[in-house]
Amino acid sequence: MALDPIEKAAKNIVLTVQDYSLFAYRAFLNLWRPPIYWPEFLVQADIIGVGSLSIVVLSGLSTGGVLALQSAATLSAFGATAVTGQFVSLTMIRELGPVLTGVMVSGRNASSMASELGSMVVTEQIDAMRALGVDPMRKLVTPRIFSTIVMLFFLTIVADACGILGGAAVTVFMNHQNGTQYLDMAWEHLHYPDIVQGLVKPLFFGYILSSIGCFYGMRTSGGTEGVGRATIQAVVSASVLIIFVDFLLTQVLLRLLP
Amino acid sequence: MNASPISQPQSPAPAADDGPVVAFRNVSIAFDGPPVLEDVSFSIAPGETRVLLGPAGVGKSVLLKLTNGLLRPDCGSIQLFGEEISHMPEEMLFPLRTRTGMVFQEGALFDSLTVRDNVAYQLIQERVPDDEIDSRVRDALRFVELEETFDLYPASLSGGMRRRVAIARAFIHQPELLLYDSPTGGLDPVTSTTIIELIVKERDVCHTPSLMVTHRLQDAFILCNHRFDPELGRMVLLPKGETDPNTTFLMLEEGRLIFDGSLHELVKSQNKFVREFLQ
Repeated sequence: MALDPIEKAAKNIVLTVQDYSLFAYRAFLNLWRPPIYWPEFLVQADIIGVGSLSIVVLSGLSTGGVLALQSAATLSAFGATAVTGQFVSLTMIRELGPVLTGVMVSGRNASSMASELGSMVVTEQIDAMRALGVDPMRKLVTPRIFSTIVMLFFLTIVADACGILGGAAVTVFMNHQNGTQYLDMAWEHLHYPDIVQGLVKPLFFGYILSSIGCFYGMRTSGGTEGVGRATIQAVVSASVLIIFVDFLLTQVLLRLLP
Repeated sequence: MNASPISQPQSPAPAADDGPVVAFRNVSIAFDGPPVLEDVSFSIAPGETRVLLGPAGVGKSVLLKLTNGLLRPDCGSIQLFGEEISHMPEEMLFPLRTRTGMVFQEGALFDSLTVRDNVAYQLIQERVPDDEIDSRVRDALRFVELEETFDLYPASLSGGMRRRVAIARAFIHQPELLLYDSPTGGLDPVTSTTIIELIVKERDVCHTPSLMVTHRLQDAFILCNHRFDPELGRMVLLPKGETDPNTTFLMLEEGRLIFDGSLHELVKSQNKFVREFLQ
């Protein structure tokens, strides 16, 4: 039957969504139940947080700079280049900071989680851990999810700050505008709902990217080729889901915090 | 080979009512296709060593993973230490698994941990003091004659050494059941004999019930025809015609258990598949 491959693909998708939902639910419950492996949490926090700092700083600076360049060109048509600071800070804090950091960190860490756990699965290390009476969900998955949520929160703040600074640098050195005016506008028009919105999102994104990275890693099959496949699936799924959830979250948060 | 420096189980907690340590009843399992195991029934008594024979791909490793709940059967019943585990939640299986030791096909050592941390993995989780861990790890490594590898990483060990470290990891917690998944697979004959000698030593010193999966007939025969001599510190051949009474055989053919009995019964079996396998 010509429809068989489509039916099989559809079943696979439904099964994957079901498996991920169960995995994510169990991982979420484990965040609140002892034992929590603090040494593993600290190691992962270092790998995910400190390790991702350089890419977050660089992407934040560049994005802020680009935003300032683009917005100044458009705003000058209305004689409103003075609001560049407001534009850059609001865009960075409400949207680009969390999303960009989420996508960058998922590229770096969802892939590393999927490949690391996937390698452990194909070499039977996960089975060995279970055979030794240790729950790999608690020992390997929970610390990764917990540390990603915490570190993505702080990395987003860093990205926001770098974005505003990047925008300031472009405004002063390339657009030859007043730096004080830029920073005043960036600060004055920033309200608590903007900050809350920008800081709630990374909590969701951190959970999504880490749970997807771990999920694809833990269900790896097919040897080393399977590890590569799991890595690709983890990065693609995490990035797409972050952007999609951002759309949903923005709608909800705009209603709650207009 | 030295006599066992591993302390013997103080009270080798037998299964409930001294019944079988493991009991399979009509167990079947399939993975997206024909059954891998079909209607398998057998048991392991306290102190018994069972050797599961069969060519590659007949479901031997699957059966081993069903034994400690790493896989779940589609139907049938599996009892481990008298408790039904086929539908037991994963959280409840972890305490039961700590009472078993398992040696995986390729060792399955944690490659980011040293030999010391690999062998001590279970003790570390139980927050045993470091001094005691070091002492027990050295004892376990001495048992497998690899004391010098204490600080090394698995990547720097040979295949045979990794397998012996895996055995030390399985032995250190003084398990009440040992599961060996092709412990000599892919090893040269000399190293294979060393591994089998360790298994014989464990069987005769600690009397832990075990299930060993292998497709190598010579390993199974060595296990059955030898005993460990603590005075000589090595295994010795049993007198001609004698076999270890507690070592018995199982054989799988395409997911079905076709033989369950002693070495004597195995060699006398008229089953066509058994005859072909033996030849």
